[in-house]
Amino acid sequence: MRAGDLVIVPISRVMVHDSVIDAVMAGLRDLGKEKVWDAAKVGVFVDHAAPAPTPVVADSHRVLREWVRAQGIQTFYDAGEGVCHQIMVEEGYCEPGTVIVGSDSHSNSYGAVGSFGAGMGATDIAVALALGRTWLRVPESIKVTFRGALRPGITMKDAIMRVVREIGTDGARYACVEFHGAGDLPQGDRITLAGMTTEMGAKAGIVVGTPEAPAWLRPDPDASYMRTVHVDLSTLEPQIAIPPRVDQVSDVSQAIGIPVDIVFLGSCTNGRLVDMQQAAAVLRGRRISPRVRLEVVPASRRQFEDAMADGTLGILSAAGAVIGSSGCGPCLGRTGGVLAAQEVCFSTANRNYKGRMGSPDASIYLGSPYVAAVVALTGVIDDPRPYLEASDADFDALVARRRADRGDRGAASERSGDRSRELVMAMPQRKGPQVIGMDQED
Amino acid sequence: MPRAWVFGDDLDTDQMVPGRYAPFMVGQDTFQNYAFCDARPGFAKDVRPGDILIGGENFGCGSSREYAVAALKKLGVGGIVAKNFARIFFRNCINLGIPVVESADAVSLAKDGDDVTLDLGAAVLRTPRGNATIRPLAPFAQEILSAGGVVRYLAAHGDFPSVE
Repeated sequence: MRAGDLVIVPISRVMVHDSVIDAVMAGLRDLGKEKVWDAAKVGVFVDHAAPAPTPVVADSHRVLREWVRAQGIQTFYDAGEGVCHQIMVEEGYCEPGTVIVGSDSHSNSYGAVGSFGAGMGATDIAVALALGRTWLRVPESIKVTFRGALRPGITMKDAIMRVVREIGTDGARYACVEFHGAGDLPQGDRITLAGMTTEMGAKAGIVVGTPEAPAWLRPDPDASYMRTVHVDLSTLEPQIAIPPRVDQVSDVSQAIGIPVDIVFLGSCTNGRLVDMQQAAAVLRGRRISPRVRLEVVPASRRQFEDAMADGTLGILSAAGAVIGSSGCGPCLGRTGGVLAAQEVCFSTANRNYKGRMGSPDASIYLGSPYVAAVVALTGVIDDPRPYLEASDADFDALVARRRADRGDRGAASERSGDRSRELVMAMPQRKGPQVIGMDQED
Repeated sequence: MPRAWVFGDDLDTDQMVPGRYAPFMVGQDTFQNYAFCDARPGFAKDVRPGDILIGGENFGCGSSREYAVAALKKLGVGGIVAKNFARIFFRNCINLGIPVVESADAVSLAKDGDDVTLDLGAAVLRTPRGNATIRPLAPFAQEILSAGGVVRYLAAHGDFPSVE
């Protein structure tokens, strides 16, 4: 089997979520299939608009629950259990070295444990449910290698955004992005990496050398790559994506002082315990800016309960955060805090398209939980590192200065102070050098 | 005569049907009325059956939402010609029976509102300013398209077309 070959492959599991269930059921009906090919290999999740925000959605959820019962599907996670991708990985539904298809574009996340996870539309999912097989074109691969250790205040979200900055939203179209030097990272960091390959157009993203994967699952020593990218983690700066493109990424230093109205900490990209802990490290014992709302949505019930047990959620709540029930929530503008026109959001999720989180006239910046926490505290985008290093007195002085600088700017003001357009104008072409902070290739 | 609707690069599926107007949110019968409601107000009202969408790079990127394609299908869009397509969007179009073909020069030749003809047999898009060459689809995709989509193909044949 070679890149470019068209193949029909068996599927080890199909992931279906609430947002597409009507179309999936219609597809199965039109195919003349009363039952899925193997109920034990299907996972169903109510996460995209959950708990139901409207009667129409509630009715769709009702139909979904009846369908799940009629099909005898045991792997069912109802509203509040969490984001499909987080549960698929952390509960062990992703078998390494197999093909999994999901009704969500971020199904690439399953590469965190060495599964070939590909997102597909509702009809493809209906066909997969009917046949247990799908067709694929064998993708070419892009090799991304990480070296060095992250400095304090920098995360793998910054690392993957640095990669997106380099490759662009279409640089990995139809390709598989292979991550080297990331197999030993915590599972959550690997989900962040694999899931974000979707934002480069990739068919799949696979982390090489994970503890979950069997020894045979490794690239051929003579594998060829359409492109290689190296990232030196030890020189990485905090990264932010500037609206309305995921690949309009710059160092945070370029955006310091931009006022923000609402901060979203959550999603399959950054809604895990460690992400909430990073935010809590900044917010412990403090209140967020009176100009900002902070919404925290744990990625799954497991992450929610872990964050309750160790006090993280208590810290965030005391800081003024709204804690939402686990799910996709605000990430896609369906429920749990959508954006008004002119509002500026800072989100730890994965997309900042126009209209993604509500009004098409809102702006969305993307970044790490550390940056998100500092934004919540000060009301403006800032580099989190000075805060993490400061004494209490210096910390409070920093916050006071940023809050004073912001003044009344924000959604409610005539001039929002959102400099996204000028930042984009000043950006270099993204198809630049492929070695980031390093000067040799391998 | 079909008309051209010309778009740029990286047209994402949130632009085609924003998440807040998903069929799941507004009902199965009305979501197509919100097609391009932010990006091209009036599109859903003015588009005529057979009209052709023309775009640049990475057409249909972003969310896997098939209802973006289903909305175009319901509105009768006759085909999409772009420099290249995002992979999930491409599959969704083939599956629902909308011809999607690549052309390097269509987006620069065609202007909004032009009378155009997509001639798959001759592998050209005819425009008032000349013919744009289109890249023929793989036989596998052609077979699914000519059946009117993958569900109809499978209902008729019981399995995928041959990949040999």
